[in-house]
Amino acid sequence: MARTTKPNLAVWKFASCDGCQLSLLDCEEELLEVAGAVEIAYFLEASRATVKGPYDISLVEGSITTPHDAERIHQVRRASRFLITIGACATAGGIQALRNFKDVREFISLVYASPQYIQTLSKSTPIRDHVFVDYELRGCPVNKHQLLEVINALLNERKPNIAAHSVCSECKRQGIVCVMVAQGTPCLGPVTHAGCGAICPAYGRGCYGCFGPKETPNTSSLSKRWKQMGVKEDDLIRAYRSFNADSEPFRRESESHER
Amino acid sequence: MKGNSIKVDYLARVEGEGSLVARFRGGQLKEVQFKIFEPPRFFEAFLRGRSYREAPDITARICGICPVAYQMSAVHAMEDAFGVKVEAPIRDLRRLIYCGEWIESHVLHIALLHAPDFLGYEDAIQMARDHPQVVQTALKLKKVGNDLVALIGGREIHPINVKVGGFYKVPRRRDLDEIEERLKWARDASIQLAKWTASLPFPHFERDYEFVALRHPLEYPLNEGRLVSNKGLDIAIDQFETYIVEEHVPYSNALHSRIAERGAYLVGPLARFNLNFDRLSSLAQDVAKEVGMTPPCRNPFQSIVARAIETVYACDEALRLIANYTQPDKPALEVQPYAATGHGCTEAPRGILYHRYRVDEYGTILDARIVPPTAQNQKSIEADLWELIEANADLPPEQLQWRCEQAIRNYDPCISCATHFLKLHVERE
Repeated sequence: MARTTKPNLAVWKFASCDGCQLSLLDCEEELLEVAGAVEIAYFLEASRATVKGPYDISLVEGSITTPHDAERIHQVRRASRFLITIGACATAGGIQALRNFKDVREFISLVYASPQYIQTLSKSTPIRDHVFVDYELRGCPVNKHQLLEVINALLNERKPNIAAHSVCSECKRQGIVCVMVAQGTPCLGPVTHAGCGAICPAYGRGCYGCFGPKETPNTSSLSKRWKQMGVKEDDLIRAYRSFNADSEPFRRESESHER
Repeated sequence: MKGNSIKVDYLARVEGEGSLVARFRGGQLKEVQFKIFEPPRFFEAFLRGRSYREAPDITARICGICPVAYQMSAVHAMEDAFGVKVEAPIRDLRRLIYCGEWIESHVLHIALLHAPDFLGYEDAIQMARDHPQVVQTALKLKKVGNDLVALIGGREIHPINVKVGGFYKVPRRRDLDEIEERLKWARDASIQLAKWTASLPFPHFERDYEFVALRHPLEYPLNEGRLVSNKGLDIAIDQFETYIVEEHVPYSNALHSRIAERGAYLVGPLARFNLNFDRLSSLAQDVAKEVGMTPPCRNPFQSIVARAIETVYACDEALRLIANYTQPDKPALEVQPYAATGHGCTEAPRGILYHRYRVDEYGTILDARIVPPTAQNQKSIEADLWELIEANADLPPEQLQWRCEQAIRNYDPCISCATHFLKLHVERE
């Protein structure tokens, strides 16, 4: 593919489910417009054509879990003007960071068949632990409208307009009756980063924190409330230990409930 | 091709990370390896100690392309363990959300990932310059599938509304009115898409596969049925691990499955089409006949047509389910956990997806086993590549490489899925 003067975009995958980069292909109505505004230079899920770097925008999905990937992310950084991480794996280590809470030797002895075939690190870590990241977009998966907003903001040299407040704010704005107050359903909404549109409460279910911690979350206060509602310590720990388990506020909170 | 090799370090237009290596010596093909090097994420390990309630949401994260399949296999396995039987209309809603996933996943693969191979484009965006109508219609069609998943499930990727026993919230009848109208358009559009796929140039290639799919007494299989094949397999799903074994090969992070008695087998749209043609709706059958696609079809390149016919079926079936829908009194059945083992096997867009869980009396998972479709197809993929490379060794290397990539994409491989179950027998220090 020949080079054009349009800014070019690359999409990189590390340990992940592909869901966040799929969000880009899920922008059905906008996909061809995006393709008109940027040159998609490297997006293996979509194309076998690749253009050598440097890249103006790199979207990075997934966490670092292997020695090879720990090297590769530096190559991506060197080739990129802006590096944006997308999703819970890239920003917090993802669900696979549950390994970070185990004694690695115990973990290996529990599950390894032929360790000589497999290379893996003892921890799953977010991209910012390895290289400088220009912007982090949260969510498991990311919200596709927010993804378009980030790309749009970069192309127009402005800051992405993405709120860092809680799911509660989104929930209230939509006039959803609070599931915790009205039904006594435990909900992580008060400490969870907005962006999903409060879909769980809208479906009568408590938020399970897939967008990770909001800015300055008061997790200990929420935990106290959950316990008053009768939630057991083990369930509380598991609630904080899911898709953003190793994000700092959620990790500290879950550890504070371990005996 | 003397002393030469074909090497594709990163396969494109597949979900996840895989590569292909073919080595020749003295003009003879010596080795073919379809490698999966997607980093293992150890789902089966960290599911231990989690609540049965969490299985659908956690396993959904194995794959962003087919999360509904993971949620469905997980809830069926748990309900099997606890003796819960979900009936209509909740059962119908599950079929409905699954139809949405089939539509979005199939159309994504047909138009955006696979069709460009047949016409010599690097990707769908290039293809769109010459075939704008096809790509735009496909994107719109895919959106109907995604919107159906989002309507029932809350969002299209990793839906939040599926739970063991049913759903958190069910739609009112009138909530389905708008999507019903769009599905009527989608049904017509998918018929056109099926005709278009059938007009693509197909390489002449056939193999005598063992096709494996679910078979239900009344329905084209999605959530339930027995496991059957064209070579005599006919088992209940709790027999899966007796008849199907897995082996660990050094070059892949995914285990290879084979039928214990015979070896490689093929799962996915072509297997379902061949084994369940009589269960397709009459419309889907008519479309298949009209485009000249009749079972048994043994050309894996024509899986793109089977996928398109299944898209017609999924639209048709979704419309049938909506027409029959009445809102249930409760969104879910009560589930009372006890110590048990449960099995679930459903038809992901790419083929059968098997889950097995052992849980204790509190519903805590003691161990888990997950066998995704792409892992099961690995042996067939390699066998296809052997034959294809031997038959086409005189093609220019670049063309041969592309043809091989296309042959891998016949399976719509989901490598993210295939890796997670890197299992792993117990070795205690």
